[in-house]
Amino acid sequence: MNRFFVAALLCAAMQAHAQSSSDEIAKYRAMLADGNPAELWEAKGEALWKQARGPKKATLEKCDLGKGPGIVKGAFVELPRYFPDSGRVQDLESRLVSCMQDLQGFDAAAIVKTPFGKDEQVTLESLVAYVSSESAGMKFSLPQMHAKEKDMYEAGKRIFYFRGGPYDFSCASCHGQEGKRIRLQDLPDLTTAKGAGAAFGAWPAYRVSSGELWSMQRRLNDCFRQQRFPSPGFISDATIALSVYLGVTAKGGESIAPAIKR
Amino acid sequence: MNRIPTRRLAGQALAVAFLAAGCASPTVAPDYDAMSLAMIKSSFEAKGQATLSRLDQDPLQRACSGANPLATDVATKLEAVQMSAIKPPPDGRYLGDWKEGEKLAQNGRGMTWSDPVESPSGGNCYNCHQLSKAEISYGTLGPSLYNYGKLRGVSDPSSEASRPIVQYTWGKIYDAKASNACSIMPRFGEAHVLTPKQMKDIMALLLDPKSPVNE
Repeated sequence: MNRFFVAALLCAAMQAHAQSSSDEIAKYRAMLADGNPAELWEAKGEALWKQARGPKKATLEKCDLGKGPGIVKGAFVELPRYFPDSGRVQDLESRLVSCMQDLQGFDAAAIVKTPFGKDEQVTLESLVAYVSSESAGMKFSLPQMHAKEKDMYEAGKRIFYFRGGPYDFSCASCHGQEGKRIRLQDLPDLTTAKGAGAAFGAWPAYRVSSGELWSMQRRLNDCFRQQRFPSPGFISDATIALSVYLGVTAKGGESIAPAIKR
Repeated sequence: MNRIPTRRLAGQALAVAFLAAGCASPTVAPDYDAMSLAMIKSSFEAKGQATLSRLDQDPLQRACSGANPLATDVATKLEAVQMSAIKPPPDGRYLGDWKEGEKLAQNGRGMTWSDPVESPSGGNCYNCHQLSKAEISYGTLGPSLYNYGKLRGVSDPSSEASRPIVQYTWGKIYDAKASNACSIMPRFGEAHVLTPKQMKDIMALLLDPKSPVNE
């Protein structure tokens, strides 16, 4: 990543008027998207998927992401969904952790406790990049047939509007209106198909500001940090319910994950 | 694989609905409010200064957690409660230093789990509002406050004529919910996000004729 180029472009954007600043940033994103570093994580993820790992020295090639064991293509745009074997509605990260435990013998509870960017959480970053890339260009279509999937949608919607903390923020405080921004950062309206599609359909994403690949779980975690909330547990029910709400709202939107973000 | 015939889909939906109905009393829908609250309780953990008590909603937060606007009478009652809690500055002086106010307006830090407990919060103003002309990186969640004092005819903030607008502005910063129950603006005074001194400095940024906001 050419940081001087990025800095120069940002400076140019700052000098322009606010309106055209967003245009400049959009142009800068478009230029970066030509060579999205997320591809490195995708390649690593594909290799990890096929590599015998963990106490059981097994690959993830029999992992069922919802479309049958080993089927990766198209799985991402139907997640989170209900899995009969676990009896739970699971998002991509949660399902990958289940597969790492069941097939490879990793300790799921230990992975849940691991901070982002460390140990097996690093493995997950690559795996989510790989799995999501296999659905690039496909349209979101989360199943809503099972009662638990509907429950998660309804609970997720309520969590989206739940106000709390010292600033009284909910997700909707920033993401409930169209055409708004914080500083120069455009805010997607996550209550509409267009906004939810563009936002939910972009994560996992490569983040230029940190040089890391962030999963949706990590994105939500940082949202709650800025909401001044306590920390949501990794793959906790509240985070999965929120993803169901966003994913169902995003129905018909095209997945561009793993995308590139500021 | 994706193209399941519509008729079969409808059939499955009916079957699932029938099964679901068979499991519980047909008239009782799940209590989604209770379900979401239980999920919130079980999903979060305390981190840094962000303790779990932050998830305990006060009556206003609870009332403002719906997707739809409040009924007018409900909103009016909530606003009255907030209004009665507004405390004027202890020394009766409403305006501080606009230069300090500008620094606070720029500062978006404070009260996240990654902020040190002892570090004071910023005002977060530019995150949502336009203020001075010079700062082009401003948010639009709130209205533009450029020329805030000038547009309201404040030439001497300490004058008797300016008193109503000065007190109104203090109230907005102290507790925005007193005039708009479900406002998305934090209650900076009521929730102890900012100190009275910090709020006075932001008052000066908005109302002092020498402030860049009123240029």
